[in-house]
Amino acid sequence: MLTRLAEELPQFLGYYNVMLLLKAALITLALSAVGCSLGLMIGFFIAMVRVTRAKLLVPVRAACIAYVEFFRRIPFLVTLMVVFFVYQVVGRNTTVFTVALTAVCLIATSYTAEIVRSGLESVNVKQWEAAETMNLNLLQTLWWVILPQAWKVILPPAFSFFILFIKDTALASQIGVVELTYAGKVLNNKGFSAVLVFGCVLLLYFIISYPLARFGVWMEKNLGVSKTGKR
Amino acid sequence: MAYLRLENVEAAYGSVNVLNGIDLDVEKGEVVSLIGPSGSGKSTLLRVLVGLNKPLAGRVLLEGQPIDYGSRKSLRAARDHFAIVFQQYNLFQNMTVLKNVTIAPVKIKKWDARQVEKDAVALLEKVGLGDKIKSYPDELSGGQQQRVAIARALALRPDILLLDEVTSALDPELVTEVLDTIRLLSKEGRTMIIVSHEMAFVKEIADKVVFMDQGKIVESGSPEEVMDRPSTDRAREFMAKILRH
Repeated sequence: MLTRLAEELPQFLGYYNVMLLLKAALITLALSAVGCSLGLMIGFFIAMVRVTRAKLLVPVRAACIAYVEFFRRIPFLVTLMVVFFVYQVVGRNTTVFTVALTAVCLIATSYTAEIVRSGLESVNVKQWEAAETMNLNLLQTLWWVILPQAWKVILPPAFSFFILFIKDTALASQIGVVELTYAGKVLNNKGFSAVLVFGCVLLLYFIISYPLARFGVWMEKNLGVSKTGKR
Repeated sequence: MAYLRLENVEAAYGSVNVLNGIDLDVEKGEVVSLIGPSGSGKSTLLRVLVGLNKPLAGRVLLEGQPIDYGSRKSLRAARDHFAIVFQQYNLFQNMTVLKNVTIAPVKIKKWDARQVEKDAVALLEKVGLGDKIKSYPDELSGGQQQRVAIARALALRPDILLLDEVTSALDPELVTEVLDTIRLLSKEGRTMIIVSHEMAFVKEIADKVVFMDQGKIVESGSPEEVMDRPSTDRAREFMAKILRH
């Protein structure tokens, strides 16, 4: 077994194969990075809209809730297919990458919106009241009072979602996006042994997600814990 | 015209009426104490004044000018005159004691930061916490946190200070330190509306005692009138119960 792998290795490490894997890793990274960051930004915005109380914004809030509840309830693969066919119906000539990117953002936004919302709600409503009576407006209250206390509730689930999410982008291979999993299949079909190919794929996934996990831990340490360091 | 006047104020939580037509005058420099059984609407009255609960009917007049609680501008202007201290202190947990006291004067009122800080330190020294300015709320006892909350309210230089059962959440031995602080304020001639269950204290510092029950003012007058010689059965019953324990 090992001797066979050793025999395969020089050919496996050929220019074409390595480039295929690296490009695929970049696609996976792009899907995750854009999905997570755009998702986080829009998700944040949605969560903030949901804490407003103005009557004028009732329809907007309702739309936000509908969006979040809808997209958290359908599987990623189904979203991917739906986006794929919607693009086709609309008649736009889009790449599968754009399709995957759209789906990824739709899903990530709905999940982070919910994570941020529950984080904001974990802060005692009396903190809002105290701020309100001191004439802090909504944004000031969120930024100075609520968010600093909500980070520790938001960060752990947010990062575990992001890390899960990197792996979920593998589903984009189903519509033909050449990301890591797809590249693995291609190389496997070319005759390289599955252990070698998917071993490499696994390693690349790890290289992408591990720094993110470390970053999450760092963020929790610097933002999440009570600044007194005591409790 | 009284400095602060409430005319027929009504408020409700959902379908439950909590205030059923409150008429009340507060003069400048007066210490008014609201007493009465739980659920009589005392705290709600304070919350209505600062706009945390919207009044359903009636008017609140400050220096003769009605406050429009439906208008953000009017409400913000009114809140410049009030400061409220809550039963649960409600200090901002993510800020030091000093930051808690200075944030609103500096960032909202846009007062000079250095002067505000100086005043804040002086206020914290006055409430006996000069050595705690760098602490976080969760490092302090309940009594200390409540005194920070009082300093935070005073830093806003309110015309009327509202105290909502500020000793109810404290251990008995911590009550004294907070009451001493309030006593100090009453001697300075501050206008205060105090909701309290500390009857002896109320009797000592209040200029006017208001007995409330079921969202109505049943009796009001000097502490002696209302507490020693209540004229209604409901007030007599309440005083008897309170004094028995």
